[in-house]
Amino acid sequence: MQAEPAILVDQLVKVYKSTRAVDGISFALDQGSITGLLGGNGAGKTTTLAMILGLITPTAGAVRVLGAQMPRQRYQVLHKLNFESPYMDLPHRLTVRQNLKVFGKLYDVPSLTDRISSLAEELDLMEFLDRPVGKLSAGQKTRVALAKALINAPQVLLLDEPTASLDPDTADWVRGRLEQFRKARGATILLASHNMAEVERLCERVIMMKRGRVEDDDTPARLLIRYGRQTLEEVFLDVARGHGHMREAAQ
Amino acid sequence: MTASLHLTGAATGAARRVGAMVLRYLYLLRSSWTRLLELIYWPAVQLFVWGFLQFYIAQNSGFFARASGVFIAAVLMWDMLFRGQLGFSISFLEEMWSRNLGNLMISPLRPIEFVFALMIMSIIRLAIGMIPVTLLAIAFFGFNLYSLGLALAAFFVNLILTGWAVGIVVAGVLLRNGMGAESLAWTLMFVLMPLTCVYYPVSVLPDWLQGVAWMLPPTYVFEGMRALVMMHEFRGDLMLAAFALNAVYFAAAVIAFLELLKSARRAGSLLQTGE
Repeated sequence: MQAEPAILVDQLVKVYKSTRAVDGISFALDQGSITGLLGGNGAGKTTTLAMILGLITPTAGAVRVLGAQMPRQRYQVLHKLNFESPYMDLPHRLTVRQNLKVFGKLYDVPSLTDRISSLAEELDLMEFLDRPVGKLSAGQKTRVALAKALINAPQVLLLDEPTASLDPDTADWVRGRLEQFRKARGATILLASHNMAEVERLCERVIMMKRGRVEDDDTPARLLIRYGRQTLEEVFLDVARGHGHMREAAQ
Repeated sequence: MTASLHLTGAATGAARRVGAMVLRYLYLLRSSWTRLLELIYWPAVQLFVWGFLQFYIAQNSGFFARASGVFIAAVLMWDMLFRGQLGFSISFLEEMWSRNLGNLMISPLRPIEFVFALMIMSIIRLAIGMIPVTLLAIAFFGFNLYSLGLALAAFFVNLILTGWAVGIVVAGVLLRNGMGAESLAWTLMFVLMPLTCVYYPVSVLPDWLQGVAWMLPPTYVFEGMRALVMMHEFRGDLMLAAFALNAVYFAAAVIAFLELLKSARRAGSLLQTGE
């Protein structure tokens, strides 16, 4: 018997007044998979992630996460999910340790003190643990946000631009930690990003969105072959400029 | 047996999450002496203004000399009402100011648990602000609020319930409309101030406005307070009426909050809580 997908999105639609932010998208993500959600500004990536998390109620269609219908049954699974986004911050006046303690308690993390210590070691946060989050650099804050997103060792991890505003070295380091986490936990990761290098390095599957629709959905290698391109960035530009299907048809 | 174990587990989980949120706000208070000072500052200023005014009026009016303490009691109880609501709303606003609301909304924290944590924080903030001020009232004006005894408990319960009901509605509006609605948190209670007759009896109002005043639970409390301080009579009937109204308004506020939260999920305003 086939295992239930970690995330199942079926004919999902979100309409804000007259704008169709998400327009009938469908996909299923296998448990333990890592998928990139690619698209330009306004493609509908963040709205899609928010509907998966139950933060936004879909206008039509359905989302199931670990078998639970979102947002109706969200409290059955929210303790197994987590999210990191540039739209959210952690309280600046609280120290890193205090923030992790509060979220650890909210997620009912067992042996919380040990979990905070091991995360601090993994994410190189030991020296900042007792510093207020507001006094950290952008890179340090991203690592703290990642620690918060990993505090409950989620089965499903959603990331919205996790390395935006980071220098290349720190961004690469964060990607390494994500890979490590996925291997160790067998977690399902869905990553919305503009960063093609990130998606190429991390993702085994790419869903390309444009104007609320899924324009393409495949492995990075197959997308490169199909579009006759060397890099995902070129594929992204083809899709963004509407050349994708023309190139395919020409070939 | 299984069902009761499940219920116990759910209650423990809820208590832990509420505790986590209270801890979060205590960390915040502990980290900022200005926040602590602000809790005491305005109630103390109000106390001195009204306390000295009361002294002055009492020297020139036999009636007010006999009713010593009525203004001070009124100002202290108005602060219970206003600061009770503000304590609730400010804790909620802290989440919006720090852009942390999204983190909470994707966590297992239920909206009702969030509201419960805000109610506990409102009492803690009120205690930090009001207890020192009630002691100042004894020291400077010889007015002991605690001498009201059990009546004070009835007044407090009714005032804090109204404060929470207003705070809950304000939180719902903030969720739905974002920080553009922030000023409501600071000003909404002042709409009630003239109508709830904090410093004067209801009979002073025009007839048509008296009907509106009697729809507000704090009106009963302030009337009850005047009866106690001036006539030494505890009006249990007024407290029961206030409690009945509070029960209705509190339930309506919780329903409004849940509906506004649903509406915020539909409008997509939970992730972007700016203006």
